[in-house]
Amino acid sequence: MKKLEIIIRPGMFESVRDAVSRLGIHGLNYAEIRGFGRQRGHTEVYRGATVQVDCLPKVKIEVVVHDEALESVIAAVVATARTGQVGDGKIFVSEVLDAVRIRTGERGVDAL
Amino acid sequence: MNASDTGFVIICATMVMLMTPALALFYGGLVRVRNVLSTNMHSYASLGLTTALWAIIGYTLAFGEDVGGVIGNLAFFALDGVQGTAAPAASALPHTVFVAFQCMFAVLTVALVSGAYAERIRFPAVLLFSGLWLIFAYAPMAHWVWGGGWMARMGAVDFAGGAVVHMASGAGALACAQALGPRLASGRQGGLPHNLPMTLLGGGLLWFGWFGFNAGSALAAGMLAGQALLTTHLASACGILGWMLVEWKRTGKPTSLGAVSGALAGLVAITPGAGFVGLLPSMLIGFIGGMVCYGGVLLKNRLGYDDALDVVGIHGLGGTWGALATGLFATAAVNGVDGLLYGNPRQLWVQAVSVVATWAYVYVVSRGILRVVDALVGLRVMPEAEFLGLDLSEHNERGYSL
Repeated sequence: MKKLEIIIRPGMFESVRDAVSRLGIHGLNYAEIRGFGRQRGHTEVYRGATVQVDCLPKVKIEVVVHDEALESVIAAVVATARTGQVGDGKIFVSEVLDAVRIRTGERGVDAL
Repeated sequence: MNASDTGFVIICATMVMLMTPALALFYGGLVRVRNVLSTNMHSYASLGLTTALWAIIGYTLAFGEDVGGVIGNLAFFALDGVQGTAAPAASALPHTVFVAFQCMFAVLTVALVSGAYAERIRFPAVLLFSGLWLIFAYAPMAHWVWGGGWMARMGAVDFAGGAVVHMASGAGALACAQALGPRLASGRQGGLPHNLPMTLLGGGLLWFGWFGFNAGSALAAGMLAGQALLTTHLASACGILGWMLVEWKRTGKPTSLGAVSGALAGLVAITPGAGFVGLLPSMLIGFIGGMVCYGGVLLKNRLGYDDALDVVGIHGLGGTWGALATGLFATAAVNGVDGLLYGNPRQLWVQAVSVVATWAYVYVVSRGILRVVDALVGLRVMPEAEFLGLDLSEHNERGYSL
């Protein structure tokens, strides 16, 4: 099993979720986060006072998939979340040791 | 008594009442999320406290029979003799209607000051300061200008409260900002507005209420009220354009907060002259008002006081510009008073005297009151409370459960 942490532009969340769902992935979590990478922040102006905003809002999706699904999920996310501009986001992939469905006690891939 | 005048001023009084909740929204959107209720409370506290004190003592100090040009006597203490009589200041109106109309002005003025001390003041200090300020700053000012006091006798004119409402709240605000000191961590991202749509809604409602404020100050449904209605709207509109122009030029883009601030600046600027100047001059007064107040807001960074919501910049400077502009543009064709441009330089002089006297008197009295309040209940919350937010520390509630 692999865990994907997918950081994308906030406006991309719904299409990425739909694309992942179409691959038969039945569950994921997301959070609205702030952070920075290569994309610089932006400037805001309030009554003449200029404010530099460094950390931008992003959405982080966490999803755990079985190994065979990994590449197709990555391909689907890249295809939907990409604009080609700096700030499209990143995907981090890591190994998952085990999973447990609390209701039934199922383990591993069966619990996904 | 006259039914149409009475009906007109009753409607205007209710419109002016709406300005205080509107101000609560305007200010509430400009503070951080943890202080939204506290900032709203400052306005609602004024609705409660100022109204009660106005009934007991404020009205009679402002509009009781003149004592030495300085203050009203206690003839109307606790609204004695107000029921069932005509208003001494406007015989076409029931006395009750005049008291109510003027009460709304007092409530709003006290609430306006709160923009300077937002996000760091203790609530008991708000109540004590507001009560003392109404009695020792607002009531004398209202008497001097509208109650037959020395400013009126000198010939200074202030149609709807450029000095009494705006300069006074600006001077009080400057005193508060200096006495309290800056908000903690207010640099960089410290003070970003949390809800600008709320501010825009409040600003729009203020504009609406302002028609009652300025046109109603004619105290009669007639030619003068119509003049004030139109000058008010023209000045506000041009205030947007003035602010937008300098902002666009200076920081690259026009902002919605700039537009609503410019509208307010135009409204403040036209307030003293609404019933004294012509229509085209009112547009110029508003346009320049927008630009003056933009500069006024920048002043706090230069001078280093943390006037959280720019009361000094907008109400103080806008009111000052408006009072002087009245001395320039007033014309006898509108309301019997000529300004400098119509051959009466003395009017500009007395307007300038009223400006200096208002700033000096209200500032000094406010500093004195703040010293007393600090000694009695303490002005400022503890740093932990300030970081937690005044909604929780002063009121045990939160604005939003998100």
